Amino acid sequence: MSEPLLEVIGLGKTFAVRGGLLGTVRGEVKAVGDVSFSLSKGEAFGLAGESGSGKSTIARMIVGLTAPSAGAILFEGSDLASPQGVASRRAIQMVFQNPGSSLNPRRSIGQSIAVPLEARKLGRAHIERRVARLLDLVQLPADFRVRYPYELSGGQKQRAAIARALAAEPKLLVLDEPTSALDVSVQAKIIELLIELGRSLGLTYVFISHDLSLMRNFVSRVGVLYLGRLIEVGSVARIFDAPAHPYTRSLIASVPVISDAEQAMKPKEPILEGEVPSPANLPKGCAFHTRCPYAFALCAEIFPDAVALDVDHFARCHLLAPGESRLRDTAAVRAPGA
Amino acid sequence: MSAEPLLSVRSLSVDFSTYGRVSHVLRDVSLDVPARRHVALVGESGCGKSVTMKAIMGILAQPPARIVGGEIRFDGRDLLQVRGGEWDAWRGTAMSMVFQDPMTSLNPVFTIGDQMETILKYADRRLGRRRDRRGRLDRVYEVLAQVRMPDPERIAKSYPIMLSGGMRQRVLIAMALLTEPRLLIADEPGTALDVTTQAQILKLLRDLVEERGLALLMITHNLGLVREAADFVYVMYAGAVVERGPAVEIFARPSHPYTRALFDCVPKLSGETTFKGIDGSLPDYGAPPPGCRFAPRCPLAVAMCNRSPDERPVGPNHSAACWRLEEAVA
Repeated sequence: MSEPLLEVIGLGKTFAVRGGLLGTVRGEVKAVGDVSFSLSKGEAFGLAGESGSGKSTIARMIVGLTAPSAGAILFEGSDLASPQGVASRRAIQMVFQNPGSSLNPRRSIGQSIAVPLEARKLGRAHIERRVARLLDLVQLPADFRVRYPYELSGGQKQRAAIARALAAEPKLLVLDEPTSALDVSVQAKIIELLIELGRSLGLTYVFISHDLSLMRNFVSRVGVLYLGRLIEVGSVARIFDAPAHPYTRSLIASVPVISDAEQAMKPKEPILEGEVPSPANLPKGCAFHTRCPYAFALCAEIFPDAVALDVDHFARCHLLAPGESRLRDTAAVRAPGA
Repeated sequence: MSAEPLLSVRSLSVDFSTYGRVSHVLRDVSLDVPARRHVALVGESGCGKSVTMKAIMGILAQPPARIVGGEIRFDGRDLLQVRGGEWDAWRGTAMSMVFQDPMTSLNPVFTIGDQMETILKYADRRLGRRRDRRGRLDRVYEVLAQVRMPDPERIAKSYPIMLSGGMRQRVLIAMALLTEPRLLIADEPGTALDVTTQAQILKLLRDLVEERGLALLMITHNLGLVREAADFVYVMYAGAVVERGPAVEIFARPSHPYTRALFDCVPKLSGETTFKGIDGSLPDYGAPPPGCRFAPRCPLAVAMCNRSPDERPVGPNHSAACWRLEEAVA
């Protein structure tokens, strides 16, 4: 593996909760804690999780919209918080979830795409050529330059948003649920476009989604988040064919699928009880212990260390620790490779 | 099935007039929802699912909409012939709706109990039933327990913001059950929720259909939910039902070219998805194609598709409206 393009080390984010007349700090929400992963060039890495898992907060920290409270993000080896790193931030762009609200309604599509180009003080003629080229790249007709967002369908708007993100000639694109507001037939078109762009422009992707089926088809590695912590990381093949963490297993088991073949490949786990607890009031120890069907005393005390299950497959669960035999005789957690 | 189903929509056609222009939105939509059955109406945005649902509930704004043909038969009576006041008595009591967005469908400034009690107060008034606040609250607790809420009295005292998304969705289901309807119409149930919570809601709906003998019409774009939950499926495209059949049949043998294309677009958990999408876009409802409305986007379309296709059988109780079925399934 070559040198990583992006390295996230021990990333954490705590938001202060203010209240009362004077806005005094009343408490804190630990949105993200001790998250580490790295991406090599040209790779697509997925962050999966439910609401409150911290996936969007991580995305915002990578693109610099939110400052981390702990840890570091290295891009091509330099810390994004350092002066040198700040200069390379242009190479990281983001595509937001809802193209209906991420495009300025009072700007034409051409004007929106031109914003990043103007920021670089390019000449008028140069900008026009680039805009035409970008529209072509995302397969929109050239005359969309003068159209306004309300004239476009959801899929067309998302294409325009992708073109705007590409205008800065990024190396890394952070895609935050880029298709969750779209119909499946439109989603398929956008995903096809992203795959093609990734290949032709050599882009690296961080793909954030709650749709695990979509994730399986788009990324090569997945990190599963629960309440701000990465609880399992691995190649898609490992995560989907041999999920180890009880949460990952339950999550995959509850994905609605459309064929018997897919149903058969889901882990056999009962429907999880309850809901994700509030990040403002994190359970002690492993945050999942309040819903985990296999939890035992230790889980409520100590947050588990990462256990290596295979090359590039890690999970944080006491049940997976070497020498732990509690689950050996149940089919719930399979030994690696079994 | 020999007896007439609880809800039977027959050849419903709806036009919309906007700025002097007429859009032919629904065309000959027919569907049945028998008691103790979970029926799903699936389709993408703009296919007419919500218009169908609103027409059934009698909440379609007319104008701009105009029902130009068909019947909506509920328990043997054509609701379209029933006049204003009488329909009000039906709506909310004989049938009720579970709204889509648990985050915005509840009033943030009233407690759950207040909101539910108000619904009952007006339902009682419509039905000429006498019951005091205490009696109504008892019914509220009863229904909250039916949707598996722990500690109903505490929930009733809560404001919506104090409840999680899944709990709010349960409250919306409870609200729909307050007046003991026989038909429940659920608009995209659970789609705003996380998958682990969604699974719980689907299970609850399934139990209600079985335990209380409800007829459930679910309107959704999520094919995965349909396969998990529904007994019978109608697939809609551009204001027309293109395929119908038992869920097992539809998922084993999707037959209409649109259904097949749609299924191909759904990402597979197995990782074997080819993201082709469907070329083109929905037709202009002002001047829809004369025959099959999918023809302009259909790779199999031929000249004959300019005539309205007949519904042709594919399997037991399973049919699709397409001239080119043999080629489609081949």
